Amino acid sequence: MAMSNDSPSVAVAADPGSTRSFGGVAARSRATLNEPRISCRNLDFFYGDNQALKGITLDFPDRQVTGMIGPSGCGKSTLLRVLNRMYSLYPGQRATGEVILDGENILSDKVDLNFLRSRVGMVFQKPTPFPMTIYENISFGVKLHEKLGKREMDERVEWSLRRAAIWDEAKDRLHTNAMGLSGGQQQRLCIARTIAVKPEVILFDEPTSALDPISTLKIEELIDELKRDFTIVIVTHNMQQAARCADQVAFFFLGELIEVSPAAELFTRPKHPKTQEYITGRFS
Amino acid sequence: MQQAASAAATMGGPLGSHGGRARTARRSSNLGDRIFEGIVTAAGLLVLGLLGGIIVLLFIGGWPAFREFGFGFLWSAEWDSVREQFGAVISVYGTIVTSILAIVFAVPVAFGIAYYLTEIAPEVIRRPVGIAIELLAAVPSIIYGMWGLFVLAPFLAQYVQPPIQDWTMDIPILNELFGGPAFGIGIFTAALILAIMILPFIAATMRDVFMQVPAIYKESAYGLGATRWEVVRNVVFPYTRASVVGGIMLGLGRALGETMAVTFVIGNANAISPSLFATGNTIASVIALEFPEALQGSLKLSSLLALGFILFVISFIVLATSRYMLRPRLGN
Amino acid sequence: MADALSAPTLRRPATALARRRKRMDRLIGLFAYASTAIGLFFLGWLLVTLIGRGAAAFDVTIFTKSTAPPGSGGGLLNAMVGTLIQTVLGTAIGAPIGLLVGTYLAEYARNSVLGNTVRFVSDILLSAPSILIGLFVYQLIVINTGGFSGWAGVVALAIIVIPVVVRTTEDMLRLIPDTLREAAIGLGSPKWVMIRFVCYRAAMQGIITGVLLAVARIAGETAPLLFTSLGNLNWSTDLNEAMPSLPITIYQYAASPYDDWIALAWVGALIITVAVLAINIVARYLIRTEPSRK
Repeated sequence: MAMSNDSPSVAVAADPGSTRSFGGVAARSRATLNEPRISCRNLDFFYGDNQALKGITLDFPDRQVTGMIGPSGCGKSTLLRVLNRMYSLYPGQRATGEVILDGENILSDKVDLNFLRSRVGMVFQKPTPFPMTIYENISFGVKLHEKLGKREMDERVEWSLRRAAIWDEAKDRLHTNAMGLSGGQQQRLCIARTIAVKPEVILFDEPTSALDPISTLKIEELIDELKRDFTIVIVTHNMQQAARCADQVAFFFLGELIEVSPAAELFTRPKHPKTQEYITGRFS
Repeated sequence: MQQAASAAATMGGPLGSHGGRARTARRSSNLGDRIFEGIVTAAGLLVLGLLGGIIVLLFIGGWPAFREFGFGFLWSAEWDSVREQFGAVISVYGTIVTSILAIVFAVPVAFGIAYYLTEIAPEVIRRPVGIAIELLAAVPSIIYGMWGLFVLAPFLAQYVQPPIQDWTMDIPILNELFGGPAFGIGIFTAALILAIMILPFIAATMRDVFMQVPAIYKESAYGLGATRWEVVRNVVFPYTRASVVGGIMLGLGRALGETMAVTFVIGNANAISPSLFATGNTIASVIALEFPEALQGSLKLSSLLALGFILFVISFIVLATSRYMLRPRLGN
Repeated sequence: MADALSAPTLRRPATALARRRKRMDRLIGLFAYASTAIGLFFLGWLLVTLIGRGAAAFDVTIFTKSTAPPGSGGGLLNAMVGTLIQTVLGTAIGAPIGLLVGTYLAEYARNSVLGNTVRFVSDILLSAPSILIGLFVYQLIVINTGGFSGWAGVVALAIIVIPVVVRTTEDMLRLIPDTLREAAIGLGSPKWVMIRFVCYRAAMQGIITGVLLAVARIAGETAPLLFTSLGNLNWSTDLNEAMPSLPITIYQYAASPYDDWIALAWVGALIITVAVLAINIVARYLIRTEPSRK
C-alpha cells in the first residue's frame, strides 16, 4: 500500500503554470484531479440532536489541496474534525456514514484513534506551541509513535523544520522555549511538528486566521510545497486563499455540500446559484 | 429580593428627575457616592486591620513566653506545666509531619479525581460527582474528629496497622517508621484524616485549572496521536504547573492549622517518635487541649499564644505562597 | 519516508511502543476511577456512620430538653439554640461587612495596590486556621471584658464569615458585564445607586450563595468557640455569659467517658452535618441556576 509509486500524481507536476485570473488573484487550474486518498460517503454529523452535516459525499485527491469554503457554521470545520476523529473527544458528537482512508472506514469503533491521528495530522486556527523547547515540540509527537536514537531524532527535527521552512530561523535556538517565536514562526513550527510524525494527510483549520499578511503568504507557499508529499485539506474563510492554494474547492452551506469542482472552475464558472452568490460576496 | 424590588421603585427618584430637580439630585448623589466609597474603603481597611490585629495580639500574648525562653522556645522539647518549662519543637514537628504526610496521601488521589472529572467522566455525572467530592470539605472538622476516634482509628488498629507492621518488620528504616505499639490513634491516623479533609480543596483546584487549558492546545496534542494521559502529562501539566502547586499549598495551609479533627486522634503525647504509628501533638491540638488548664496571665497561656503566633507565621507563609502561585495569569 | 507512510492497517498498530502507551493510558484511567471511588467512599462511610449511630440514639427529647448530667436523660436544646443565635448574629455582622469589602474590590479597587492587598489578605483569612481567630478574639474581647461570652463567639464567627462573603461577592460582581454598568451610568445614575440597584440585583443569587456557604461554614465551627463563648451546660441565651453551642457540646460529650453523652454527641453530629450539607447543596444549586454568561 505504499502510496508513492502507484498513485498517478506524476501527472500533476506537469502543469504548474496554467493560471487564470480570478478576482485579482491567480487561480491555478488543474485539469486533472488525482485518485482520492480520503473519501466521505453519505456522511452525517450530529452535535447532540443538531445535524451539522447532511449526506456529504466528497473525495479528497491524493497529494493535492482541497479547499473547503462557506459561511461560518456551514459545517466545513466540522467535516475537518471528522477526518481525524477529533470530534470523538466530545461526548454527544457523532458521525454516521463512511469515511474511507486506504480502504478502511475510519468511523469504525475499532479504529485506533492515536494511530489514525498520526496518519492524519492537523494544524489549528491559532499557533499552539506546547510549553517546551522548539526541539521538544517536534520530538514530542515523533516519540509517541517511533523509537528513535538521538541522531535519528536530530535528523528528523531538522528535516521537519526544513520542510516547514523555519529551519533557518530556529536552528540556533532549538533548545529555547517555543513561546519566544513570533506568531507566524509558531505556526510554521506547528506545521513542522505535524509533518515530523509523517502523516499522509494534513488538515489545516483556517491556519492563517491569526496571522499577518506576510506570515500568511509564507504559510500558503509552504502548503503549495508540502502537497508534493502530503494530501492536504484546508478550511478557509478567505476565498482568495482557497483560490491561491487549492486544486479542488468544496463549497458548503448549512451543512450541505453545495458544489465541488477544480478550483478555477468553481470560482470562474460556479454551477450552483448559491456558490455564485457566495463567491461574489452577496451574503455574509 | 424584596429589598431590591422596593429599591428599584425608589430608584425612579434620582434617575427619573427632570430639569431643576436634576441638579440637586446630582449634588446629593455626589455626596452619596463619596459616602458610599468611604464606607466600602473602610470595610476594606478593616480586613487589613483584622490580619494586623491577629499578628499583633498573638505576638503580645506570646511575648512573656518569648521573653522568658528566648529563641530556645523554638527548639525546646519541654512541656512541663508544673515546672513552667515550655517549648515548641514537638508540636511544630507534629504539625509539619502530619501536614506533609497528609499532602503525600492526598495529592495523588486528588490528581486522580481531577483527571477523572476533566478527562473521563461523562458530562452528566461531572457535576454531581464534583459536588459530592466538594461536600467532603463542607463536613465540619469536629465530625471528622469524632469519626476518626470512634470509627477510623479502631479500624486502622485492627485491619491496617498490623499488616503494615508485618510487612515491614524485617526491613530496616521501614520497621522504625511503622514500629511500636499501634493503637489506631497517632500521627498516621491524624495525617490520614487531614488527607481526607484537604482532598477536596486540592482536587477542586486541579480540576478548575485543568479546565482552563484551552481546548485547542489539548486538541493539538491529540491531533499528533497522543493518548489522554500523554496530553495531560505533556500539555495540561506544563500549562498548569504553578496553579497545581498553588492548590497543593492551599491544602497544606489548611492541614497545618486544622484543630478539632487532629485533636481527637493525635493522642496528645509530648514526644517525638520515629514511628508514624506513635502518638504525638500538633500546635493546634496542644492549644485546644491545654487551653482550659491555662490560667489567665500564666506563662502557660502565654506559651500557647506564642505557639499560635508560630502557627500563624507558618500558615501565612504557606498560604501567601499558594495565593501567589494561584494568581490569575494573563495571556491564556 | 515512504516506509513510514505505508501503514499496515488502522486497526492494529502492532508496535510494542503503541501497546505500552495504551497500557499506560489505561492504567492512569483506572487510577483516576479508583481515586474518585476513594473520595466518594470516604464521604459515604462518614455519612453511613453518622446516620447509623445518630439515628440509633435519636429521640424527640433532644429538641425539648437541655443538656443534663450523664444518666439523667438530657437533650441538646440549649446547644442548638446557642448555635442558632451565634450563627445568625455572626452572619448578620460578618455578611454586610463582607459584602462591602467585596464591593470595594470589584467596583472601586480592581487594580489598585490597596485593593490587591485587601484581596490578598482576605484570601489569607479565608484559609487561616480558625483556632487562631479564636485566640485573637480571646485576646481582644474575652480578656478585656472579663470573661467568656456569647458576644465573643459571635465576633469570632463574624470574622470567619467576612472573607467567605468577600470572595463570592467580588466574583459575582465581576461577572456582571460592564455594559450593564455603563447603561445605568448612562442614564445619569450615580455610581452608588448603580451598584445598589443594578449590580447587587444582578449578582443577588451569587451573593446569597456566598452568605449561605458562610453560614454552613460557621455552623460547625468548634475551635474558635473554645476560646470565646466556651460552651455552657445550662440553658443560656444571655450573650454576655458563656454560651452553649452544638459543636462544643459534641466535643465535650464525645470526649467524655459516658455512653449516653457519646450517643448524644452522635445525634448532634448527625444534625449539624445534615444541616451543613443541606445548606451547601442549596447554595450550589443556586449558583447553578445563575444565568450562564458565555
